[in-house]
Amino acid sequence: MSKGVAITGMGIISAIGNNVVENYEALINGKKGITRVDNIETVQRSEIMVGEVKFTNDELITQLNLPSDNNYSRTAMLGAIAAKEAFADAGITDIKKYKTGIVSGTSVGGMDMTEKYYYEYLTEKEHQKYIESHHAGDSTQKIAEQLGIEESLVTTISTACSSAANAIMLGARLIKSGKLDRVLVGGADCLSKFTINGFKTLMILSDTYNTPFDENRKGLNLGEAAAFLVLESDEVVKAENKKVLAYVKGYGNANDAFHQTASSDNGDGATLAMEKALKTANLKASEIDYINAHGTATGNNDLSEGRAILRVFGGDLPEFSSTKAFTGHTLAAAGAIEAVYSVLALQHNVIFPNLNFKTPMKEFSMIPQTELKKKELNTVLSNSLGFGGNCSTVIFSKEA
Amino acid sequence: MKKVYINSIASISPQKTYDNSMFLDEITDYNDTVIFPQDPDYKQYIPPAAARRMAKGIKMGVVASKIAMDEAGIETVDAIITGTGMGCMIDSEKFVSAIIDNNEQYLTPTSFIQSTHNTVAGQIALGMECKAYNFTYVHSAISFESALLDTKMQLETDEAQHILVGGVEELGEHTTKVHRVINHIKPDTVCISEVLNSKTEGAVFSEGANFFVVSNEKKQSCYAELVAVKTLNSLIKEKVSKTIENFLEENNLMRSDIDVVVFGNNGDVDYDDYYQQLSEGIFNKIQQVFYKHLVGENNTVSAFGVWLASKILKTQTIPEIVKLNEINTSEIKTALCYNQYRGQNHSLVLLKKC
Repeated sequence: MSKGVAITGMGIISAIGNNVVENYEALINGKKGITRVDNIETVQRSEIMVGEVKFTNDELITQLNLPSDNNYSRTAMLGAIAAKEAFADAGITDIKKYKTGIVSGTSVGGMDMTEKYYYEYLTEKEHQKYIESHHAGDSTQKIAEQLGIEESLVTTISTACSSAANAIMLGARLIKSGKLDRVLVGGADCLSKFTINGFKTLMILSDTYNTPFDENRKGLNLGEAAAFLVLESDEVVKAENKKVLAYVKGYGNANDAFHQTASSDNGDGATLAMEKALKTANLKASEIDYINAHGTATGNNDLSEGRAILRVFGGDLPEFSSTKAFTGHTLAAAGAIEAVYSVLALQHNVIFPNLNFKTPMKEFSMIPQTELKKKELNTVLSNSLGFGGNCSTVIFSKEA
Repeated sequence: MKKVYINSIASISPQKTYDNSMFLDEITDYNDTVIFPQDPDYKQYIPPAAARRMAKGIKMGVVASKIAMDEAGIETVDAIITGTGMGCMIDSEKFVSAIIDNNEQYLTPTSFIQSTHNTVAGQIALGMECKAYNFTYVHSAISFESALLDTKMQLETDEAQHILVGGVEELGEHTTKVHRVINHIKPDTVCISEVLNSKTEGAVFSEGANFFVVSNEKKQSCYAELVAVKTLNSLIKEKVSKTIENFLEENNLMRSDIDVVVFGNNGDVDYDDYYQQLSEGIFNKIQQVFYKHLVGENNTVSAFGVWLASKILKTQTIPEIVKLNEINTSEIKTALCYNQYRGQNHSLVLLKKC
C-alpha cells in the first residue's frame, strides 16, 4: 500500500538497561534483568520474580530534576526518561518548528501512588497532590510538559498489553494523514501491587525465570519499563537531513472477541492482526525475516500465539523469539520496548535469543531462536496481545 | 478523502436521553454534587445474569452501543473505538481496597479482570462477536475526541466504512470522596440547573455513556456530517479565541458561519472564564448552548455535547433549556463544540447539517 513511516529516534529504560545502548548490550550478551522485587513492599516478594528498574522514585526525581512538590507517578518518570532519550536521539532541539505530538500507552498509570495512599488521600494533605496523577492520561501530560510540547495533539491509549503497539499504529496514521509532522509514540508502565496481585489471582505469574514457548512454562514475570520512538514525516526527514533508523512499514489491530482475559485456542485475533499488518505493509509472510513474538510464557498466550503464527506463516516460518525472558512482561509498554528491540535487530542484523527455552511444546514443533544469531534482516514483525482480546502487530523495515 | 457522517446516536445521561424519539422534553433537576443517569431498561438489552456481573460503566457502554447500532440499522462495524478518562473505577476500587484491607491475601480475579480500561470496548466486541479494530483512549477530557479523531481518519481513507465510537464514564465511591477533598467536586449541593451561577470551585460530577455510529456513507438516519476534530493538551486562556479562529480558518469558515456553538461550562468559578470570554467575545452574535447544567461533568461528557449538536442539526430545533442566549437563526447549518477541563485538554468538534 503506502510507504513506511520513518523512525528517527529511540529511548528506553527497562530492567536490562537505562538507555538504548545498555539494552542492546544486555540483549547481545544474554543478560536478563529478572530479580526479586525491591522497590515495592509486597507479601508476594518470595513467590514472584520481576523485571524491575532498580532506581528508587527519589533517584528518578533527582535524574529528572523535579521539584520536591512534584506529583509524578513512577509511570510518568520512567516515561519522561525514555521520551527525553528518544528526542535527543532524534536530534530535536526546536519543538515549535514542526507540528509535534505524543501518543503513549499505559495501563497502570498512577496506580502506584493511588495504592500507596488510597485511604490517606482522605485526610493527609501532603499526599493529596497525587490524586490528580491517578488517571492514565496524566503520565502523558507530564511527558509533554518535560519535552515542552504545548497546544498539541497529546493522547493516551489503554488497551492492556497491546497499548504501546497501538500507540505506534495511531502515530503512523497521524503522520500519514498529515495531522502531525512528528510524533513521539510508545508507552510506560511501572510495577504496582495492583498488577502483581491481579496477575497472581489469575495464577499466571511464574515463581522463577519465565520461559517463553517452553512446554514447562510456568507463567510470566511482570516487568516495568518505558520506551518511545520518534516518527517523522518524509518532509521533515528531507528538510532536516535526518538519519532514519528504520520504518514503521505495516500495522494491524484485531479483536479476538473470545474472552475478557484469555486468548482463543486458535489465536483468531492474533492471526487477523498479523494478516492485516502484512497487508498494510504490502508484504508476503515469506518476506518477514524475524518475528519478535509477544511470548509472555503463560500457558494460554504461547499456545494461542504460536498457533496464530503457524496459521499465518505455515512453511515460511522465519526465526522467532520472545525477549520477555530478559525484561519480564512490561504490560502497556511491551509493544514499545519490543519496537526498540526490533529496530536494534534491523540496525545490527541480529536476532536476539529466546532465553530459558529447553523443551518444545507438545502441541506443535515450533522452536524459538535460542542463541544470538547474525542474519541480514530487512523486516521484523512484532506482536502485542492483551486483555479484552486486543491483538496488535507492527512490522518494521530497513527500507521505506 | 471521503466525507464522514454521524448516522446514529445514543445517550445514557442524568436526563432521559436514551429514547431517541425525544429531545430533552422532560427535564429532571437535581440538587446534589454528584448525579447519576436515568437508566434505560437494561434487561431489554442484556440477559440479567450477564448484567449482574457488569459494573455500571460496562452496562451503560454495552447498552448505549446497542441503541446506536439499532438506530443505524447495522449488525456489525469495522471498528469499535471508545474513550474513558477514568476507566472502570468501580472494579479498580474493589481490587485496590481488597489488596489493602486484606494485606494482599484472599483476592479473587474478577474485579482485576474488569478493571482494565478497555473492558467496555472488549465487552462490546464480545457481545457483537466483532473481531475488528478495537481501541480505547484514556486521555482525561479528550478521551472521546481522540476516539473520534481516529474514527474520522479511518473513514476518510476508506480503511473502514462503519465505526462504533463512544465515551463512557462511571463513578467510583472512593474516587468521588477523594475528588471532594481536593475540591474538584463542588463543596455544597447546588441546584444543577443553576450550576453556572454557583460561584464556587469544582463541578457536579456525573456518569454516563454516549455512543455513535459514524460512517463514510450517509444513511437515512443521518444526524450530521463530522467535519473536523482537534485536541490540544494545553492552551492558555488568552489564546483560546485565536486558536478557535485558526481552526475555523483551516476549515474554510469564518466565525459568522457558525450557527450554534456548544460550550462545556460546568459552573467551576476558576475555569468558566474560558467560555465566558468567547460568549462575550468572538461568539457574542452566535447562538450559544450549554449542557453540563443537565448532565454534570465527567471526562467524556463532551460526547454529550456532540450528541446535543447532532440532535440540533437533525431536528433544527434548540430546546430552550440549553440556550445561553437568544439569537434568531433561520437554518442551523454548522455547529461547533468547545470543551476543556480544568484549563487542560481542550477539544474542538465541527459538525455540519447533512
